[in-house]
Amino acid sequence: MNQESLWSIFINASLVNNFVLAYFLGICPFLGVSAKLGTATRMGGAVTFVMLVSSVCAFGIQALLVAIDAPYLKLISFIAVIASTVQLVEMFIKKFSPALFRALGIFLPLITTNCAILGLALFQTNKGYSFVQCIVYALGAGAGFTLALVLMAGLREKLELAEVPDVTRGTAMALMLAGLLSVAFMGFGGLGG
Amino acid sequence: MSHAIEAARPAQTSAWQMYRAMVGVGVVCGLLIVGVFQATLPIIERNKAEALRSAIFHVLPHATTSTTFRLDESGGFSAVEGDSAKGQLVYAGYDDEHALVGLAVEAQGMGYQDVIRLIYGYSFADEAIIGIQVLDSKETPGLGDKIENDTDFLANFERLDVALGEDSMALANAIVPVRHGEKTHPWEVDGITGATISSKAIAKILDGSAQYWVPRIQRNLEALQGGE
Amino acid sequence: MAASTKSSTDEFIKGLWKENPVFVQVLGMCPALAVSNSARNALAMGLATAFVLVMSNMVVSSLRRFIPKEVRIATYILVIATFVTLVDYVIQAISLDLYKALGAFISLIVVNCLILGRAEAFASKNTVVRSTLDGLGMGIGFAFALFSIGAVREIFGSGSLFGMQLFHDRFQDWVVMILPSGGFFTLAAWLLLFNWVKQRKLRGEDAGALALSEEAAR
Repeated sequence: MNQESLWSIFINASLVNNFVLAYFLGICPFLGVSAKLGTATRMGGAVTFVMLVSSVCAFGIQALLVAIDAPYLKLISFIAVIASTVQLVEMFIKKFSPALFRALGIFLPLITTNCAILGLALFQTNKGYSFVQCIVYALGAGAGFTLALVLMAGLREKLELAEVPDVTRGTAMALMLAGLLSVAFMGFGGLGG
Repeated sequence: MSHAIEAARPAQTSAWQMYRAMVGVGVVCGLLIVGVFQATLPIIERNKAEALRSAIFHVLPHATTSTTFRLDESGGFSAVEGDSAKGQLVYAGYDDEHALVGLAVEAQGMGYQDVIRLIYGYSFADEAIIGIQVLDSKETPGLGDKIENDTDFLANFERLDVALGEDSMALANAIVPVRHGEKTHPWEVDGITGATISSKAIAKILDGSAQYWVPRIQRNLEALQGGE
Repeated sequence: MAASTKSSTDEFIKGLWKENPVFVQVLGMCPALAVSNSARNALAMGLATAFVLVMSNMVVSSLRRFIPKEVRIATYILVIATFVTLVDYVIQAISLDLYKALGAFISLIVVNCLILGRAEAFASKNTVVRSTLDGLGMGIGFAFALFSIGAVREIFGSGSLFGMQLFHDRFQDWVVMILPSGGFFTLAAWLLLFNWVKQRKLRGEDAGALALSEEAAR
């Protein structure tokens, strides 16, 4: 089984191999939600929670699939679990915090197609993490995702007011920012290893 | 039939229609997946076996045939058949005269960027590692990935000493990384300038693996020689 | 959106350029950036996605009267996941090397917003023929976009195209191109280019319209 220490897993998932800036997972919400700091933090929180739940479920499903020797059902079961988790989270938030529900709006159901969640489930399965390692991995990935989102939101909010050439406005600008952030995060390489 | 359903469709779809759709589609999808899985399985297994074989022969030069051995609980080795054996495996390589060339062992560990997987060849006669091949690495392109191709670095592993100590329980000298150009002993790994962490990782992976396997292998030399 | 009234060729062509999934609709970004560090990987990924898109469009369209709307998203995802699993095993069988390069991103095709989006917005409301053409157009447009990103990254980052060395030995690779940041920068550059072209066209049209209105006023 996998020998990595819990600390190194966390650092790796959140900084060294940041899910957004190194693995390119979760780009759609990254570009779509990162315009405002408030929404970015909330989205990050929701994604982290869904990641935790999905990670635990994925661990269970993988164990089950190995037991019945049906590895080809992995993708379908993972995506089914993720979709249900998001549905549940949506109902939960709607009931207990209608304000948050309104603030997140369309983005909540979009978490289902967030590659970061499915990517998390697939990566942890490939690496053969134990239960505790999975949880730490999910926490690290969620933290890293939130960090990237928040950094991006802060930068974009500032740039909204700056004078930039018209051609760059919009997605092109966001992508260049993301590229710079990605280079910056490369500085974390070797940490925790 | 579909038109009749269209015309008579009530405002709220019945549960039966929903189940029918989902289960119907589910069953067809399931059959499709299982069918393709079974059809591609032999091809995939064959590809994997070929890749492994070519890696074994790469790290054990002069070897032409190979037998897979599994480590038992008792500490002995038994030969296993087939290409998808499970458990702790080593691969013995034999030359044309069925003499044992050496043993190929897989190992992995954390590199700079992500996990590095490699295979190395161990020779009884030389009590040394005689070759390595990196199987899987995500090291930085242009820098860390030099561990795969840099000729000077790979020369480290043409005869990397892993002789056992007095008690035959551990290596006499652990494999240690040194800075580029400072190698003086045959058990040191000369690093790559600019790829220090990746080179150190290789040394660490090899050391960890050799410390575990070499004592066990040496104790079972006869069993391993006898395989075919 | 009601059933489309465009001609069949229009259905196909729109995905290639005007409504290009990556450059115009900005969908399916994750694979566009992740596996496009070489032309071969980018093209393989693009074609794999195109295949899933066409097949899922075909199936969703042929079953559109059969699937009740309450369970439609779940059914679409089931169909898409099936084809992705298929592609996963087929690629493994064809080339382990390619499979290692593309990795988990093959499975991630299932959450490519492009495929679910087309199924929901188009295939569920149009005939099989139109849906297939739509899928083909979008799929090829997507593959083309991925290829353009991958080609630029490979040419500057490795000095090669499809593995064939293009430059002299002394060419210093722009390593940043192969790194994740290179993906972001390359896509940003392409978008910049398209924005610039679009702006020039608009300014040209404005100037033309202005000239016409001045003529009319005279």
